[in-house]
Amino acid sequence: MENRRETIVAIRNITKAYRRGAQAVPVLENITLDIADGEFLALMGPSGSGKSTLLNIIAGIDRADEGSITVGGLDISLLSEAELARWRAINVGFIFQFYNLIPVLTAFENVELPLLLTALSRKERRKHVETALALVNLLDRREHYPSQLSGGEQQRVAIARAVITDPTIIVADEPTGDLDRVSAEDVLGLMARLNKEFGKTIIMVTHDPRAAEKAHVVKHLEKGILNHVHA
Amino acid sequence: MFMLRLIARNVFRHKLRALLTITGVAVAILAFGLLRTLVGLWYLGVESSSASRLITRNAISLVFFLPISYKDKIRHVPGVKIVSYGSWFGGIYINEKNFFASFSVEPTSYLQLYPEFVLPPDQQKAFIRDRKGAVVGRPLAERFGWKVGDTVILKGTIYPGEWAFTVRGIFHGAHKNVDERQFFFHWDYVNETIRRTVPRRADLTGFYMIGLANPDQAATVSAAIDGLFKNSLAETLTETERAFQMGFVSMTEAIITAIEIVSYMVILIIMVVTANTMAMTARERIAEYATLKALGFGARHIAGIIWGESLALSLAGGAIGIILTFPAARWVESALSQFFPFFHVSAHTVYLDLAAAAIVGTVAAIFPTWRGATIRIAEGLRRIA
Repeated sequence: MENRRETIVAIRNITKAYRRGAQAVPVLENITLDIADGEFLALMGPSGSGKSTLLNIIAGIDRADEGSITVGGLDISLLSEAELARWRAINVGFIFQFYNLIPVLTAFENVELPLLLTALSRKERRKHVETALALVNLLDRREHYPSQLSGGEQQRVAIARAVITDPTIIVADEPTGDLDRVSAEDVLGLMARLNKEFGKTIIMVTHDPRAAEKAHVVKHLEKGILNHVHA
Repeated sequence: MFMLRLIARNVFRHKLRALLTITGVAVAILAFGLLRTLVGLWYLGVESSSASRLITRNAISLVFFLPISYKDKIRHVPGVKIVSYGSWFGGIYINEKNFFASFSVEPTSYLQLYPEFVLPPDQQKAFIRDRKGAVVGRPLAERFGWKVGDTVILKGTIYPGEWAFTVRGIFHGAHKNVDERQFFFHWDYVNETIRRTVPRRADLTGFYMIGLANPDQAATVSAAIDGLFKNSLAETLTETERAFQMGFVSMTEAIITAIEIVSYMVILIIMVVTANTMAMTARERIAEYATLKALGFGARHIAGIIWGESLALSLAGGAIGIILTFPAARWVESALSQFFPFFHVSAHTVYLDLAAAAIVGTVAAIFPTWRGATIRIAEGLRRIA
């Protein structure tokens, strides 16, 4: 039996629509959701259901039309673009489907990227990066460029980059969507470890039921409505 | 440091594209530099003209002559230190392709008035002594293989007949701006011959060259000289050597303007080409910019990366273009010495080249920078698939 944990993400009555010419296409309708600290949440649903949009809003890279979203006690819907950028740098770790590594930077430099926005010294940054790369078992590939790494290895570099600032939440958008089964298992195992051993709150969008199995809570979105909830 | 590293690596990410862009900018800057040098050459005569010399010519036009009798009257004008005179001869050596400037002058006063034509003293004496003697500039002598003592025959275009001269001296310029491709001989020799063959054209000169005691008196002396000959059959126009040279430049102003327009068009074209390269680059990297923004990097970081890359490309091309301008100018000077005897790239032209390269880099980056800096993260991230 799990202890009752503190809510880290509180979503209240979020509504979002995209404009196509004069027409507004609703994507999220009146979403209310609480995510507990240390929770591993999987958001599932068909394409166009709004799960990536909801993830983007939680991560502060998109804004809702209505409603509020509080992360770690801060209402991020009230922040300006510059404040939101600073907030993301400290509080959000990103894992993308296509890894989104910078091709001209080595694995080490890619992981180091978020730390460049902090006041850490070069020596401190190196220490942090080496720890993160060791965590994903890629310390020996530190000088390799993304093109010299397999898809699974690139995603592990992306995971190291996501955890390097010790963020409040980690958001993952289809993290296994571009990987073979073995690499996907590897990546999911790593995410599960981050959640279990380090208590990281992970919010993951996925189509893959096997990926969703790793989560504590799975929520379904359909046509912008959060209608299935099971743990 | 990170930004510089990222910019440096991004520049050569597409090696062929970077190479072509840098080559394009280099060629444009080379062309711009050569054209600006050409424009500068147009004003070379103006820049090298002396402030202490005046030119008096016929007020109607330079093609009309002035009586030689004016010489003594001019000499007595207060402020005049020395007077010399001469005419454009327009001789042809063997054929028209061998064109060079040839003047009949009064040798003693002329060499006094123009110390920038440097002659060894013995050659100077020999030239003054020999009424059929001539002095030529060093490159001109080298071009035709003339040596002191050689006879040179020019065919007259203004003064009919064949004219034989003996080379008595070979001069060089006291500084770089002196035109060493000229041929000088005695006005007396021409005048005496003309007096026999075409008497009505005798005792006339094309212009007077006046040395001033004080350059500040140029306006007063000019007015006094022109006042002397007012209402005469040959009224004069006296002006400073600079104004006289500017008169020649203004005659060809349309050509200079055309060259200037072409030089700016070259820069405009390469600006468009570089802007296109940068737009393609930014479009391809939208997902990367979105990723950086998602990680917390601001619009100014993205703008810095794009602008820095554009500037690095254009400055690299600019630097190569500037380096190439010097050998290209030397080639122009040697291959087209007949038309461009002094094709020197000035420091001012180099600064203009650098400014042009920086402007190309900056302007080319405006649209991509704006696009990259303002991209919505969610939209940018979708571009990766």
